[in-house]
Amino acid sequence: MPESLFDKLWKRHHVCALDERRSLIYIDRIFLHERTGSIALKSLQADGRRVANPSQVFCTMDHIVDTFPGRGDATLMPSGEQFISATREAATAAGIQLFDIDDPRQGIAHVVAAEEGIALPGLSHVCPDSHTCTLGGLGVLAWGIGSTEAEHAMATQTLVVEKPKTMRIHFGGKLQPGVSAKDLILYLIAQHGAAGGSGYAVEFAGPVIEALDVEARMSLCNMAVEFSAFTGFVAPDAKTIDYLKGRPYAPGKGQASHPDWQAACADWQQLRSDVDAVFDREIHIDCSTLGPQVSWGTNPQQSIAVSEKLPALAAAGSDARSSQDKALSYIQLEAGQAIAGTHIDAAFIGSCTNSRLSDLRTVAEYLKGKHIAEGIAAVCVPGSKHVKRAAEAEGIDKILIAAGFEWREPGCSMCFFAGGETFGEGKRVISSTNRNFEGRQGPKVKTHIASPLTVAASAVAGHICAAETSAIDTQTSTAGAAG
Amino acid sequence: MQAFTQHTGVVAALRQINIDTDAIIPSREMKRVSKEGLGEGLFAAWRYTLPGGREPRPDFVLNKPGFESSSIIIGGSNFGCGSSREHAVWALKDFGIRAVIAPSFGQIFYTNCINNGVLPIRLSDETIDALLKDCDPSQPISLSIDLADCSIKNPSTGTVAGFDIDPAEQETLLLGQDKISQTLARAAEIATFRERYYQAHQWAKASEAAP
Repeated sequence: MPESLFDKLWKRHHVCALDERRSLIYIDRIFLHERTGSIALKSLQADGRRVANPSQVFCTMDHIVDTFPGRGDATLMPSGEQFISATREAATAAGIQLFDIDDPRQGIAHVVAAEEGIALPGLSHVCPDSHTCTLGGLGVLAWGIGSTEAEHAMATQTLVVEKPKTMRIHFGGKLQPGVSAKDLILYLIAQHGAAGGSGYAVEFAGPVIEALDVEARMSLCNMAVEFSAFTGFVAPDAKTIDYLKGRPYAPGKGQASHPDWQAACADWQQLRSDVDAVFDREIHIDCSTLGPQVSWGTNPQQSIAVSEKLPALAAAGSDARSSQDKALSYIQLEAGQAIAGTHIDAAFIGSCTNSRLSDLRTVAEYLKGKHIAEGIAAVCVPGSKHVKRAAEAEGIDKILIAAGFEWREPGCSMCFFAGGETFGEGKRVISSTNRNFEGRQGPKVKTHIASPLTVAASAVAGHICAAETSAIDTQTSTAGAAG
Repeated sequence: MQAFTQHTGVVAALRQINIDTDAIIPSREMKRVSKEGLGEGLFAAWRYTLPGGREPRPDFVLNKPGFESSSIIIGGSNFGCGSSREHAVWALKDFGIRAVIAPSFGQIFYTNCINNGVLPIRLSDETIDALLKDCDPSQPISLSIDLADCSIKNPSTGTVAGFDIDPAEQETLLLGQDKISQTLARAAEIATFRERYYQAHQWAKASEAAP
């Protein structure tokens, strides 16, 4: 019987069925960070349990750690240091690999897991962080869990999981210049709802996905959770294998001559849905006319093309209307108004969605010779130390600084008011992040999520706008699908 | 874990869709490396007049007279979506919430509830409307939940509704079971799987030594 890629990965990790719905699933890799991992480790130890296989558990500092140059353990958030020191102590006691603040590999969990070759195609990978699905971009079966589940995974190397249904989303056509993976996922969520993927493992497929580079696939899969999917993933291909070559934790350290690497590559090439595989649901999206997207409300579902107007008011008394009224009142915009031209106070480039080298290249390419509008605060936080060094080697930092951006140390930073970092109460921010929830970037902050390119263009203009397409070199717009 | 068998308590309704875990507890309220004491931060951005402050906003449901002791929340669909932060459930629990009723839940939040003895109940909006029918929304009302027979009763009107829950989750909550202990009892089975798994996928073993 033909199988989907998800069916194959599920079967591969299936230890046993517990009842009609739930199974015990083997977990290959567990990643932690200082906000939720600290409690999981501490609680596990308090209960007198141990980490079953420390070599399969990794931890980073990203959520609370400060991102200002010259940082130490101190954070803007009161008591942030407690999380950092507790994590350090617990990780050391458990004997797991910690990418501490001063480690040259430190960075955002999902960025580090990919670039170190820890998360690999075909493996199961969990982290007490909802954006773990990012790693689906590499063909990893990766999903976010709570802290108690993380304890379960560490103590037993398994999780109790109810098998999700399968969905395939086929992105057809060809992306326009300046349109990126971020725009694809915002469009999908706007069309099919923030709960549209609830109960499904979602495979992203089609010519547009095949054309995306691996980092863009991770941006796409990152927001599968905003679609309420169990996870999102892309079948690994030659680009995936190329990406993993030479990664430190990859099989045989990613060396072509190593038998483990060769065996892994042979295995990965089989990881795809069978031609006749049946999915519980399929969605087709034609991308040919898709333009850059931006959120207008307080949930990623409330997104539109930058060229569009906010939706008209829904029928009075409906659930849609009450949700719309609440969002409009928070975001201080009116139904039916154009989103382009909305004045912004600040711009943020960073987060597990869009902080990788290809994102920063796109931004730098656009900002070269330009400057952000007067009165705008702009911050760029690379996803990891590795990304930061690579960007600096290319002079990206100099371009961004010359354009008026701050260039910071890696971490989650303003994606969620991490460690107390914010542009200030009530500011309107255009952001390459994943959530525009109320207060997500600080008290009363009005967040508009968009692609890195749209963030850069808006920062230069001082208001929400898409980059003029003549300014985009399709060869270097690697966050898009042009390559 | 605290068992859940029966519970009767005051209901607070927050029936908007997509209430995310950032709203249930903002990140700035997650101040300690602990599961305790988070109730103060529950719905902080909606509950207090100022960020980080503690002056109650009188128009927020949990601040209204008679609702301060709410122990059941009724939410809209996709309740608890967003961040995986288990602090959202710890905050609910610390405040005294024993059950959350909504048409649907964020998946991670749902599992976090089960793991902490908080009962998540999926009920359609129509069923919720029927349960609350003829009740003045400005006045606190109580609902009685019986997990053993999966029923919710409105004692003031006599209306009863049934709900569905996975039998394994029901048992976990009824007995206050610890899932980790249950799985650890299968250690031999897991070890056998592990051996077979690495025989087939030797490459998947984690590198023992740091690079």
